Amino acid sequence: MWKYLLKRFLLMVPTLIGVAVLTFFLIRVIPGDVVELRLAGDRGAVSDDVLKQERARFGLDQPVWKQFGVWMVGIARLDFGTSMWTGSPIWDEIKLRFALSLQVAIMATIVAVLLAVPLGLLAALKQDSWVDYTVRIFSIAGLACPSFWLGILFILTFLIVFKWLPPMVYTPFWVSPWQNLQQLIWPALAVGYRYSAVATRMTRSAMLEVLREDYVRTARAKGLVHRLILTRHALKNAMLPVLTVIALEFAFLIGGLVVTEQVFNLNGIGLLFVQAVAHRDYTLIQALVMLVAGIFIFVNFAMDVMYAWLDPRIRYR
Amino acid sequence: MRHRSRWSVCTLVVLALALTFAWTVSGVAQDKPRYGGVLTFVVPSEPPSYDAHQEETFGLIHPTAPHYNTLMRVDPFDKTGTKPVGDLAESWTISKDGLVYTFKLRKGVKFHDGGEMTSKDVKASYDKIIFPPAGIKSLRKDSYDAVEVVEAPDPYTIRFRLKWPEPSLLLNLASPWNWIYKADILAKDMHWYETHIMGTGPFLFVEHIKGSEWVGKKNPNYWDKGKPYLDGYRALFVSSSAQQVAAIRAGRAHIQFRSFSPPERDQLVQALGDKVTVQESPWDCLNFVSMHHEKKPFDDKRVRRALSLALDRYEGSKNLSKITLVKDVAGVQVPGTPWATPPAELEKLAGYGHDINANRAEARRLLREAGVPDGFSFTFKNRGIPHPYEPLGIWLIDQWRQIGLNVKQEVIEASAYHPMLKRGDFEVAMDFQCGFIVEPDLDLPRFVSNSDANYGKHKDKVIDELFQKQSRALDLEERRKYLRAFEKRLLDEEAHVIYTLQWHRIVVHSAKVKGWTITPSHYLNNQLDTVWLSE
Repeated sequence: MWKYLLKRFLLMVPTLIGVAVLTFFLIRVIPGDVVELRLAGDRGAVSDDVLKQERARFGLDQPVWKQFGVWMVGIARLDFGTSMWTGSPIWDEIKLRFALSLQVAIMATIVAVLLAVPLGLLAALKQDSWVDYTVRIFSIAGLACPSFWLGILFILTFLIVFKWLPPMVYTPFWVSPWQNLQQLIWPALAVGYRYSAVATRMTRSAMLEVLREDYVRTARAKGLVHRLILTRHALKNAMLPVLTVIALEFAFLIGGLVVTEQVFNLNGIGLLFVQAVAHRDYTLIQALVMLVAGIFIFVNFAMDVMYAWLDPRIRYR
Repeated sequence: MRHRSRWSVCTLVVLALALTFAWTVSGVAQDKPRYGGVLTFVVPSEPPSYDAHQEETFGLIHPTAPHYNTLMRVDPFDKTGTKPVGDLAESWTISKDGLVYTFKLRKGVKFHDGGEMTSKDVKASYDKIIFPPAGIKSLRKDSYDAVEVVEAPDPYTIRFRLKWPEPSLLLNLASPWNWIYKADILAKDMHWYETHIMGTGPFLFVEHIKGSEWVGKKNPNYWDKGKPYLDGYRALFVSSSAQQVAAIRAGRAHIQFRSFSPPERDQLVQALGDKVTVQESPWDCLNFVSMHHEKKPFDDKRVRRALSLALDRYEGSKNLSKITLVKDVAGVQVPGTPWATPPAELEKLAGYGHDINANRAEARRLLREAGVPDGFSFTFKNRGIPHPYEPLGIWLIDQWRQIGLNVKQEVIEASAYHPMLKRGDFEVAMDFQCGFIVEPDLDLPRFVSNSDANYGKHKDKVIDELFQKQSRALDLEERRKYLRAFEKRLLDEEAHVIYTLQWHRIVVHSAKVKGWTITPSHYLNNQLDTVWLSE
């Protein structure tokens, strides 16, 4: 087991280095640079001398390989530098937004799991009944509606019917739980619904497959209690693909809610990502890509550990 | 009977008088500033650094200006945004030859840390702006080329000595970017103000939560006794325009100081009726067309004039003003301001006459004469921003088709646009300009041949001379004459660029917001010292 975990852990390092190399060079291929964008402002006129001076300040006048070297040395020390747009340390730019995105991701995951597992289970057990059809319609509707669209519907309903809008400024949960939930519950519901639709369908199909397995038939033949067959034998095995879907969706939510964040005016990682790209803020883009890649890699690692725990065949292979 | 009716008439008269009196008194009461309350406004972008001397975005000015004062300021109640009044300057004199400007400073002005503001601070701030040391950038230093030296002869006097007379200097010293910083701080660290706030303004800095909000509270020791009226303010950073409108509509914010589009204005007025106030003004921002003078056939002034003659600006104004941020047909200065082109003179410029058929016939003739065949194709590069670039681009293409030109539009992502212009990688492109005060010396230097922003790369000694003459003319009429000649040369005779339509600023705000007046610039009137809330 430990050898398996170590192998999986070490595989994370070359993956992260690959991401770092790709990010660093690809972002520099896109036309436009942070200095011109920042100084052109609304008037659009700025002297070449000022541009040159500013590029030198950020080290953008250095050869690309040298810039890359400086950045990699920084990463090794866990120093991602300062934002080229604001001049603030990268971590200052990210920390508040990360807390918000993480909370939305956790809340959406809770919503999704609370909906998906019971509904998927129910649909599988009552296959081809009206219950199954209702669950299928509910989940297909969730897949068909983008979460930002649902978010827009929420906002318009609040605005037109209740003349109300969720708070526009993020308040951490420990400062004011009520304010915090007033703002974040709606995006969590909008995102959680779509997320649950994927997981519901996965739970249903995985359960249907497992319920037809020989060992379930054997358990039934042995006269085991139905509840025990479901929880101990069927559900545990059916959860493997469901967990994969949930984990990957969770990782995606940290940096991928660009439009939903815009709709709810959430100061999250997705919106920061878009702003960083629009500003050509190289250091911030690089740090954000590394962060999201790190989360994906870590979640994958956690999944591998979970697989090994759930399915002993994997760790002994 | 007659007696009774006389009494009735008397009663009615007394009642009417009483009502009139009550209405007048309530009107007076409403106009009297009320203390208290927190103003909440939305800002569509966020400050990069906190140092206005080196920034160029309203994203800094809107949330941060309330912490600072400038030497002069633009009268906050002047709708043209062109009348200079003293801010930290109490009075001033200009020498007869126009070479020495002397300002007497207010006494008893304190920085937020309690230190007294003196001429040493004003000199240090202006030295940073006009003569920045190596490694310090100052975006507007070129507009103070005429200044030879800034002197502080005593603690409450500041003097600007000029190399040549420049009548626009007084207004330029009212620039909303020229915040007065503390000399002692600058002496220790010239970069300090990029990340910190320390001014003399009406509001103290509380916090900046990145990506979220900026908070300020009332400065109880503000030098202008009785001000500010508000207890504080909150600037919410909201990039989506739909969310900005929603914030006003739901009462989460009182105002957005930049502008809304006409459909957004209509939506808010329809939803909120008299709970909102609409203020509109011609805007000191403009999209103009740059044509690359080193690329054929745009090196030929007949072709450039033809492109301008093809535009039906008056019809365009009528239709485009319903959907986007443009409205007035104007020359090189904002309509309604002191240097604006009178309509009678405007109509004489190529493409500004009302007879569009005659204009287009002339345009076709010029194209034929220049050897440009019917159906000639070129690419027009436009910036990927919805308002007003996209509707303006579509309009231009349609207008040019009317004279037999086949124009393909290429939309360039906003972030890559400015570098494209600088590289000169275009035949015809949309260009833009936004000013902070309507003043020829501040709005027009980009059209001088050696300007870094002369993307069309025209070389025109006449233009350069006319610009310099208008800039140095002490006599107003003489200056006006040179300015009109400059305009004729730029837009008509040589048609170096093509002006489209003046941007139009629309600020829709809660009717509770009082004491704020719209001007042609969204960089002005953000100190908030005169603003109050009626409820």
